[in-house]
Amino acid sequence: MARKLMKGNKAVIMGAILADCRAYFGYPITPASEIAETAALYFPPLGRTFLQAESEVAAINMVYGAAATGVRAMTASSGPGISLKQEGISYSAGAELPIVVVDIVRGGPGLGNIAPEQGDYFQVVKGGGHGNYRNIVLSPNCAQEMCDLTILAFELADKYRNPAVILADGYIGQMMEPVDLSIREIWKPEKPWAVDGTSRTQGNLVSSIHLSAEELEVHVEHLFKKYQTVQANEVRYEEYRTEDADVILIGYGVVSRIVLSAVDAARKKGVRVGMIRPITLWPFPTDIIRKRAESVEEFIVAELSTGQLIEDVRLAVEGRKPVRLFRRTGGMVPSAEEIVSILEVREGVA
Amino acid sequence: MDMVVKEKAKSILDQYKYKPGPDKESTHYCPGCGHGNVHKMIGEAVDELGVADRAVLMSPVGCSVFAYYYFNMGHIQVAHGRAPAAATGVKRAQPHTIVMSYQGDGDLAAIGGNNILQAANRGENMTVFFINNAIYGMTGGQMAPTTLLGQRTSTTPRGRTRANEGFPIRVCELLASLEAPVYLERVALIDPKTTAKARKAIKKAIQMQVEGRGFSLVEILSPCPTGWKLSPPDSREWITKNMLPVFPLGVYRDRSKEELPPVEEPKLETVAEALGIQTGEAATIPKPSAPLRETVRMKVAGFGGQGILFLGEVLAEAGMQAGHRVTWLPSYGPEMRGGTANCHVVISSERIGSPTVSLPNVLVAMNRPSYERFVNDVIDNGMLLYDSSLIEGVPVPERLRSYAIPATQIADSIGNTRVANVVMLGAYLGITGIFDREQALNALRLHIRRTQLLDLNEKALDAGMKAASPKK
Repeated sequence: MARKLMKGNKAVIMGAILADCRAYFGYPITPASEIAETAALYFPPLGRTFLQAESEVAAINMVYGAAATGVRAMTASSGPGISLKQEGISYSAGAELPIVVVDIVRGGPGLGNIAPEQGDYFQVVKGGGHGNYRNIVLSPNCAQEMCDLTILAFELADKYRNPAVILADGYIGQMMEPVDLSIREIWKPEKPWAVDGTSRTQGNLVSSIHLSAEELEVHVEHLFKKYQTVQANEVRYEEYRTEDADVILIGYGVVSRIVLSAVDAARKKGVRVGMIRPITLWPFPTDIIRKRAESVEEFIVAELSTGQLIEDVRLAVEGRKPVRLFRRTGGMVPSAEEIVSILEVREGVA
Repeated sequence: MDMVVKEKAKSILDQYKYKPGPDKESTHYCPGCGHGNVHKMIGEAVDELGVADRAVLMSPVGCSVFAYYYFNMGHIQVAHGRAPAAATGVKRAQPHTIVMSYQGDGDLAAIGGNNILQAANRGENMTVFFINNAIYGMTGGQMAPTTLLGQRTSTTPRGRTRANEGFPIRVCELLASLEAPVYLERVALIDPKTTAKARKAIKKAIQMQVEGRGFSLVEILSPCPTGWKLSPPDSREWITKNMLPVFPLGVYRDRSKEELPPVEEPKLETVAEALGIQTGEAATIPKPSAPLRETVRMKVAGFGGQGILFLGEVLAEAGMQAGHRVTWLPSYGPEMRGGTANCHVVISSERIGSPTVSLPNVLVAMNRPSYERFVNDVIDNGMLLYDSSLIEGVPVPERLRSYAIPATQIADSIGNTRVANVVMLGAYLGITGIFDREQALNALRLHIRRTQLLDLNEKALDAGMKAASPKK
């Protein structure tokens, strides 16, 4: 065991190494580049592959190829790069390949800027690429989780043979915090479906093509059932001071950190407020939000996007209680004080 | 056209199990199409080299998207044009595999143009079979990058022109401009003689990979009677008449005779070594020290190049080593390259929520613009440290506990302006006593990349601690 101060981006690679990720393929982009740089530094001396690809598209397809041989493989990027990777993510979902992708979200649309935002929620959580598929999406809010959830991402990707995405913002990637590292037991399944160049797997096929309508519908239904299993089994979230709350704030990533401070500050002022932080953005923690909707007066969704997360919250609340949006964009990150001030203007609250 | 009767290759399946429909014995290709011939040659070559169990065939998008129906090998079906990238992933992950990408002209030279160029340039130890039939066959006969000038296709209904579509791309010639490829040859399926050459080239291209030589590509001028709307015999004649003048046959690169450099086995680290994880009793988790009186919410700001981020980093490290919770958040990106820099440091005995410090209780200002930008954000009775060598004649708010530290001047006097940041760190420690000298030095040691600068930094720390004296 060791405790080390490091950026979230570096912690991702620490997790990948502990999870026995054998290959990293990437392309530089701020604010995600330290992930590739850390992999470049650590992977080769461990006998693992690091390769800077010619493009984001090439990188994701290299991951596709490596994952098809049964090894754990990953890539990382930021919004504009993730847009380009959508092709390979859709193909991986279609071919049921376990891959891990990290998105350190920056400001958009287009070139936008490199400041933290959460505007990639739709493109990552709702699919992004073509066709009927889902990504398993994990949302860390500290450097330790950047490590731990990367390990979990590999495990879930393998368990369900599906892309798993770490969705973090620029601050979670760039922030340094202590990370406890230890060699831990990693769950790794057999992969008899892989194409690894041995007589054992000779004749195996990794493919996403199903030319006949009947056959493709069977495949899509198979994927759909798998996603239902993921929804039933893999929801993760954190609740903070919600038991007696009149208001529940909902946020993920760096926003959840700010919300946590806001909750403490508002509680000192007598506002009964709590927080639900989704850790899995897909599957979404619908049930707990639905349950809390019975007792709270309202929900406030705080996000660095113009109303993306709020759609999933509204689907969970089903109109039972008001759901308000608090948003900042463009790289503007709210202070805890700003969030406290919107709580104070609640009707009936001084 | 091929008169040599051979036994069916073992690596070609008897029954095409992946092929839908009741007919599991005939291919899906049109009469007179070149794919069947090339498949057969690949099967024979793989048999002869004895690598069927190690073989991985990358099926592309195009008519040969279903190449996996036919071979008893491993199959990976890939996105349009991406076979060289995916094959790179396969080969890097499993170097013992024999990876073959099978690509048409649109796949390889249009949408996948950069992928093939870069895989060739890296010298990936893989084999590419490039079927050039000057047309998109599968999608109904649209223009390919190798479509000839004047050739009519469904998207060049009046014929390809240099003015609108430009010239056909010559892939072998293009790749031959790169250093890395070890074998490049263009062959054609016209008559028994050219077909025999094609067979030889296909085997050689796989052989090169088996020997570990690097990137090989065989370009095969191949008939597409359906796409060209010609009979099979006329198609072969069309290759001779129209394609050969533009795509001359021949060997464009052959390094089969060169001696291979010896392979060095690298010395590998263990995960514990690489990550610096000690096991068992020697585990290094700092013990929590006495709780802090209050959470430090600090902003450090100054010019890019003054070591602003470093100052914050060392403080956060010292905080962590003392067993506290810490966060360090930089301004990142272009801001780092000139202009202003700042970072937020939180040191606390409690779980840290927001890592952003909007209302600091400590401001360390290292230049005037930073001072002016942030001084009003500091909470009442908060602490202000500023570099008085660079910030002169400013109104210091009465509501703050202010310390003027001539950090740059002190740094100059000990020989290097650049350690003004560590002077300031020393001053902060001197004033607050939050960490002792040893703790700060330990943190410095962990974060200084050039160890020869450690003495200088130690001097700067001491000078700063000495200089810390309240001024109101």
